[in-house]
Parts: sequence; structure tokens; C-alpha cells
Amino acid sequence: SHAAIKIQPMRQFFSSGHTNNWAVLVCTSRFWFNYRHVANTLSVYRSVKRLGIPDSHIVLMLADDMACNHRNPKPATVFSHKNMELNVYGDDVEVDYRGYEVTVENFLRVLTGRLPPSTPRSKRLLSDDRSNILIYLTGHGGNGFLKFQDSEEISNVELADAFEQMWQKRRYNELLFIIDTCQGASMYERFYSPNLMALASSQVGEDSLSHQPDLAIGVHLMDRYTFYLLEFLEDIHPSSKANMNDLFKVCPKSQCVSTPGHRTDLFLRDPGSALITDFFGSVRKVEITMETINLTEPIHFVNEERQKETYSYVDQLPVSEIIHQKPKQKDWHPPDGFILGLWTLILLVFFKTYGMKHLKHIF
Amino acid sequence: MGLLSDPNRRRALISLLTRLNAPICVVCYMAGVAWFMGLAFEPFTLRTYMSENAMGSTMVEERFPAGERALGTGREFSAHKKKAGGMPVDWLVKTMQSRGLEVFTQRFSRRLPFPDEDKERYMVKGTNVYGILRAPRAPRTEALVLSAPCSPGDDNNQAVGVLLGLAQYFRNQVFWAKDIIFLVNEHDLIGMQAWLEGYHHTNTTGMDWSPLQGRGGSIQAALSLELSSDVVTSLDLVLEGLNGQLPNLDLANLFYAFCQKIGVLCTTQGKLQRNDWDSVSGYSHAVQTMMLMVMKQASGRPWGDHGLFLRYHIEAATIKGINSFRQYKTDATTIGRLLEGMYRKLNNLLERLHQSYFFYLMPSLSHFVSIGYYMPAFGLLALILLLRALDLWIQLATPPTFNLNPPPSQMSSPGVLSVLTPLVISHLTGVALYTLPIHFQEIAVEHFPVSETEAVVLTAIAVYTAGLALPHNTHRGLFVPPFNGWKVLKLVAVLYLAVLLGCTALINFSLGFILALTLVPVAAFVTPDVPKALSAFIMVILSPACTLLFSVFLFQELQEMPVSFLDGWMLYLSVISQGILDHALYGSLVYPLVALLVYPCWLLFWNILFWK
Repeated sequence: SHAAIKIQPMRQFFSSGHTNNWAVLVCTSRFWFNYRHVANTLSVYRSVKRLGIPDSHIVLMLADDMACNHRNPKPATVFSHKNMELNVYGDDVEVDYRGYEVTVENFLRVLTGRLPPSTPRSKRLLSDDRSNILIYLTGHGGNGFLKFQDSEEISNVELADAFEQMWQKRRYNELLFIIDTCQGASMYERFYSPNLMALASSQVGEDSLSHQPDLAIGVHLMDRYTFYLLEFLEDIHPSSKANMNDLFKVCPKSQCVSTPGHRTDLFLRDPGSALITDFFGSVRKVEITMETINLTEPIHFVNEERQKETYSYVDQLPVSEIIHQKPKQKDWHPPDGFILGLWTLILLVFFKTYGMKHLKHIF
Repeated sequence: MGLLSDPNRRRALISLLTRLNAPICVVCYMAGVAWFMGLAFEPFTLRTYMSENAMGSTMVEERFPAGERALGTGREFSAHKKKAGGMPVDWLVKTMQSRGLEVFTQRFSRRLPFPDEDKERYMVKGTNVYGILRAPRAPRTEALVLSAPCSPGDDNNQAVGVLLGLAQYFRNQVFWAKDIIFLVNEHDLIGMQAWLEGYHHTNTTGMDWSPLQGRGGSIQAALSLELSSDVVTSLDLVLEGLNGQLPNLDLANLFYAFCQKIGVLCTTQGKLQRNDWDSVSGYSHAVQTMMLMVMKQASGRPWGDHGLFLRYHIEAATIKGINSFRQYKTDATTIGRLLEGMYRKLNNLLERLHQSYFFYLMPSLSHFVSIGYYMPAFGLLALILLLRALDLWIQLATPPTFNLNPPPSQMSSPGVLSVLTPLVISHLTGVALYTLPIHFQEIAVEHFPVSETEAVVLTAIAVYTAGLALPHNTHRGLFVPPFNGWKVLKLVAVLYLAVLLGCTALINFSLGFILALTLVPVAAFVTPDVPKALSAFIMVILSPACTLLFSVFLFQELQEMPVSFLDGWMLYLSVISQGILDHALYGSLVYPLVALLVYPCWLLFWNILFWK
């Protein structure tokens, strides 16, 4: 009755499909001269917090402590603009994985949820099938890998498999993956799970360049792509209607020197319909209704299909069919005995022609 | 069949080797010399570049303001130095403490084996004063050192002034991740040796020093400053250290990068860089710079106070301020800023400097030649020795066509003895050359009207010359060796020389190359058959002592201070005495190498020349 009528507007209401937002922000490099990677991550953290995602829904992983590094002439600060205009460290930063805890294993466990029971809640990604997740990685990378902590690497295949695990466990609704490293586009080449959108700061064979050299601190403060991304995000407010197509235009080649890339073929919606705040912010949707709901009657869910909807939604996807059930191609080999016989024939002909005395050359 | 296993082909190879041996040797020698000269040619060199990622570019803001105040402090230091008649320990301790450093002193004393006439000292007693600037937030695990020598007279006052000025400025900064030790050492190298031995708890040279009360962690890099005037026109970088060891090239790269950023004129070997590498004068300028470095490295002595740090794997260099009469002058504030920039970059280091080369030659401050490029020059010279050894081996293995000698079975036993005797006698002469000069100086002073230093040097020369008379005497005493025995001795001597020069060139390329230049022709051509008088003369000219004499004259020429023969001879004597002193005081290995190994090897060839 009444409940049945409400379903229709709710479908429009939840047109984006997600009900909560998470962010996983990772800086993978340590050492003082990699100051800019920590500053990159903290700039995205700042924007994401400003647009509404709370600390409880952000997993921030910083591989080194730049603010309290002995070489920092301004202790307890991390600047993103030269001449110390903007301190992205602030006074309410909550780092979840710090220093040596930022490893490939911990990162993959956070994504897939396979953490030991003793892990505190702040270190877990507690997303569900209605979560939009923003994943931001920065550090030193190459063609097909990203370096963690100067001692290990994560490859693009591992990352794609991790996302597939997340998909199979329904740990995300939609996922935006941003990477700012050298040759960053190679990291999203191998994705095959649905509902992934990816952006990278440079193509394969290109280096992402640093920006903002600061003489007082003595290091580069930011990377170009994230610097212009931060400038773009500073203009976004929670009710902004800017969409992903605007995000793709951030940092053209004239500003970035490298060519940023993106990938949208696995994303099921039109990127133009995906708002920036769908991933970077946590927008609480409020709709004022003039109709009354009778709370004395128990509410029965009229159509059970709503639960099945989630599964049938998935089954509709032709993508998973094609990708998961592709038969493995086996190369054709000639039968084993054939090769042996061929070689025996060759040897016999050789010895017949040149005589047996040449055998001693072999032995 | 294979090349070496087929007897026909083997005979052909062997005959080729014996026929063409002399021409190939000559070609190799000329190729080696040409390769070496070509190293200074700019297209064959590489531009210097920063290899260490942590040091990066010169992106740092230098803000040192107090150059004039530093010079004032230097003048105060000079006044107190005159009053105290040496190191003004109390004033230095008070000044460093007022700047917020933790100050400690170290007393040391040393009796030299014989008086040093260049620096006029024999019984040396002194005090080192050093202050440690603790890093505000870092653990005390690593340190950097800035040192200035306390020299007698008016030298290096400004260096101490700049050191104290920098100490005050550095104390106000919060970004230091390593402790900085400001050291003022007395009696230059002797004081530095005492300090380093005390710091690292080693006692290799038998010096007497008081233990250090304060320490700062393992030292990552050190700079020594020599500044004797208020303004300078250029800064000179000195790299050569003890036994020809060089600091990591990144330290020189760092210095050069900052010189370019700040705009100070920088030189190496005191020679300005030139841009016209394709002209003859430009090329000869580069050759001169490189030859100066080669000669300094070959001498095995530390050419600045930094030279003793290298043994402890601490990268160190000396920066000298030079005031020649040029229009553009650099003041103390700029020098302070350059040092500040260098120390801020060294502060960023996470590991010891190891990314760049440890073995290199520099024809100018912006170009270098690495070991991979200069070693073939030595390799070509060593090849000559190997070819000669092969030739001798072939001659010994094949029985000669006219056989007047006893059958081969009888040759082996007298062969060994005929080799062993000259070997033992030559090495005993070498040992005599090493030990006698210092031990018999009292006897020499009693009998002759000379000072101790002169006694030592003249005894050394006397022993050296006495060795020349040996072949005549030993042959009379012992049995007459067989006719062909000299070939065995020469084979052994050639291989011995090859191994000796090879090992020397690996550690100190310059010394190995210079010795090879003169000794390889000797080893190659000497036989009992060559004309005796002429060959003896040539051998003496090419012996290590005469090589040293010529090097002294060449060195003075290269520094554009040519000397007359008499002055050169006095300089030569002082070089010998300094070499012996370096060995006794700091552990330099050039004197024992030449006395105990190279000279006996040369004597073996002398024996072969006079073989009967």
C-alpha cells in the first residue's frame, strides 16, 4: 500500500547507488627527499575530510613521518605550497597506518578485509555493497609496479586481483582509483572488475614530475598532478554538481608535462553522471516529504525482489561472464615421439655421411 | 682442433710471439702513454653530476649573515694566539661554550723519529679543542665535522673565525639531523691524527694522547677549512689524502654545484678551468691539472688535514681560500653561505656517500675520468711485462739449437739457487734501506757535520747507492752460475714486478703508473748482452730515486714555480725526509713500498745486467 508507493521515488533518490563513502589514501615512500609524496596524500586527505568523509571512514597510510622528521625546519608541519602557504598537516590529522606498517600485505589486507580479529576499527575498511570507495596511491612507480618502502613492490596484477576479491565479496558499489606515480597508467591496465574508474598522472614511459621546490625546507613539496588536483578540489563544495568529466580535465599536458590518463570502460554509469562528491565527499541526502507514514502498522516489504535485486543486478553484467569464463588457450605441441624420432634420423644421417670417427669429438 | 691444442698452430703462435715481441712491447708502451695523455682530452671525459639521491640539487636557502663578525672573531683568535704562544685553549673553550656547544679538549704529544726541518719541530706537544653541536631532535648516532687548523704565525685565523661564526649560526637552526663537531686542531696533521685515533679508539702510530671525553656518533663527512685572508678570489678544493686515497666524488660534485649556484670561482689544484678544450693550450692546461693530481696522489701524503679521515671511511675534503690579485672578490659571508649550503645538503644524507666513484682523476673540477677509463693505460704497460715473461718462458722451455750448456736435469737445482741468492740479497738491501737511516742517525751525526734530518736522508741515499755495487761483489763470493740462469731470474723478476705494480696500481693508480712508466722499459730491455755502460746509465736514470728527482722538478714546473738545480736538490732531500716522516707519523705506505719491494725488484734487474 503506502510502502509500495514509496519504492518508486526511493529508486530515483538513490540514483547513484551508494549510501556511504570510504577513502583509502596511501603514501608508499619514506625518506626525507620523498616529502612530496606525504604532502600529496595529506592534500587529498584534507579535501576528502573537508567535503564530509569523517576520519572513521578514512584509512590513511603514511610510510614516513615528515612533520616530525629531524630535518624539517618547521616541525609539526607539512606544506603543499611553497613559501609555506598551506599546511596540510593541520592539527587534526589521524594517521591509521604509519611508518613501517605501510606494507603491501597490510594494504591488500585492508582492501580485502582479511585482517586479524585484533585489528582496531580505525585500521579496517568496513565497506559494504553500497559504499563508494576512493583509493589514492602515490609514491615511486614503474611500468606495472608501485614501490613500497624501498623494499617491496605491488604489481598491477595483484592490485586488479585485490579489486576482484573486493567485488566478489561485495565490498564496494563503485570505486575510484587515482594514482600519482611515474608511469601510473600501467597500474590500471589490468583491472577487470566492474564499476571501477581509474585516473593516473602519467602514461607508460612518462615520468610524473615534482613541483613546488621550496628553498627554506630544501625539498620539492608536491607532485604536479596532485597539486593541480588539490587546486581543483579546493573549488568543490559539498553541493557542487561538478562531475567526473571535469576531473579528467585536471592538469593537462601543458601544466603537468606528463599526459594524465583515465579509464572508464569498466564503469557502468556514464562518467558525466558521476559527481565528484560521489567519491570525494560524503553527502547526506535529505528529502523533505509532505506525506505521512503510519508507524503503528508493521511495515512489510512488499516485493522480496529487492533483496534478489542485488544479485540479479550482478548477474545482468555481461562483463563478469566474459572475463571469468574465458577458456585458457593451449598451444599446440607436436606429439613427443615425433621429435625424438626426428632427431634420431638426423643423427643417423650425419654419422652415415661423415663416418663414426667423428663421434670422438663429442665425447 | 683448438687454437692452443693443435701443435702446428701452437708453434705458429709461439713463433709469432717471439718474432714480434719487441715491436708489440714498444707499441703497447706508446699506446699506454698515449691513452694516459688522452685522458685529459675533454671529449673523453664525463661531466660531473650528483649521484646521491638524498642530496639532490642545490635547492636550499642559505641565510648565513655574520661574515664580518666572523672575521672579528678571527682577529680576536689571532691576538690570543700570539699572547699564548700557541693554541689559546682557554679562550677557545670559553668562546665555544658561549655559542652553546659542548666543548672538550684533548692533549697529545709525540716525539718524531728525527727533527722535521720543514715545519721545525721534533718534540710535539699540543691540544685539540672541539665543540659538539647536538642535533636538537635527533638521536646521537651520526655526526659531521668542520675543522680548521691552528697554524703558527698569521695563517688560518680567518678559518677559525668563520668556523666559530658558523657554529653560532648553526646553533640557532632546528633542522640538524646529525651532530656537528667543530674542531680546531693544533700542529695540523699530528693533532688531527691524535683526534681521529682518540675518536675511533685505535692507536696505530704510537702517539700519546688523552682519551676524548665527548663523542658524537659515527662521522659521515668532514670538511677542513683553510682561510688566511679576509677576502678571497677563489676557493680551491683539495682531495688527495693519505696513500693516495680520494673521497667519494659526490663530495667534489657537491662543492662544485654550490660554487656554481653561489657564483664563487672554484678551482682544483689551484688551476682555473678553461673552456677551450679544442685548442692546444687548453688541452695542455687540462693535462697539467691532471698531472698535478697524479703527482700529489702518487706521493701518498695527505695534502690537507682532511687526508687522515679517509682511512676511517669518512669522506673528507679541504677547502682552501686563495687570494690572488683578481678583481672579483668573495667575502666571508659568501664563504659562510657556501659552507652552510653544503652542510645542509650533507645533513640530508641517510647513508654514507657511496653512490659515486671512489677512484677517479680530475682534469678539471667539472670533468672526471673514472677507474674504468684510466686503468687500461696501466693495463697496457703491464701487458709488456706479461709478453716478456711469456717470451722468456718459451725460451726456457725449448732447448736451444746450439747446446753448450749442461743437460736440463742439472739446470733445475742450480737454477733455483741462482735465483734465490739475488732475491734474498736484494731484499736484505731493501730492509737495510728501510731500517738503517733512522737507526744510525746518531752515529752519522757523531761522525759527520750534518743535522739529524740530513743524516737520515744522506744515509738513505748512501744505502741506495751501495746497493748498486752489489752484483760485482756477490758474484765473486758465490759459485759461478750457469749461462742461462739469468733467464730464470729475469722471468721471476718480471713476474714479481708485474704483480707488485698491479697491486700498487689498484690501490694508488698514480703511484703504480709512474713506477710502471720507468720500471717497465727497464724490465723489458735489460739482459746481460746489452752494452753495459750505456744500459747502466739508463737504468740509474730510470731507477725509483731518479724518478723521484725528476718528479720533484716536474711538480715545481707544473705549479709554475720552477726551481734551479740546487734548490731542486734541497727540495728532493726534504721530500725524502718527509716521506720517511709520513710513514712514521701517519702510516703512509709509499716509503716502505719503495724501500722494501720496488727497490729490491729494481736491484734484481741490476743483477741481471751485470750477470756473468
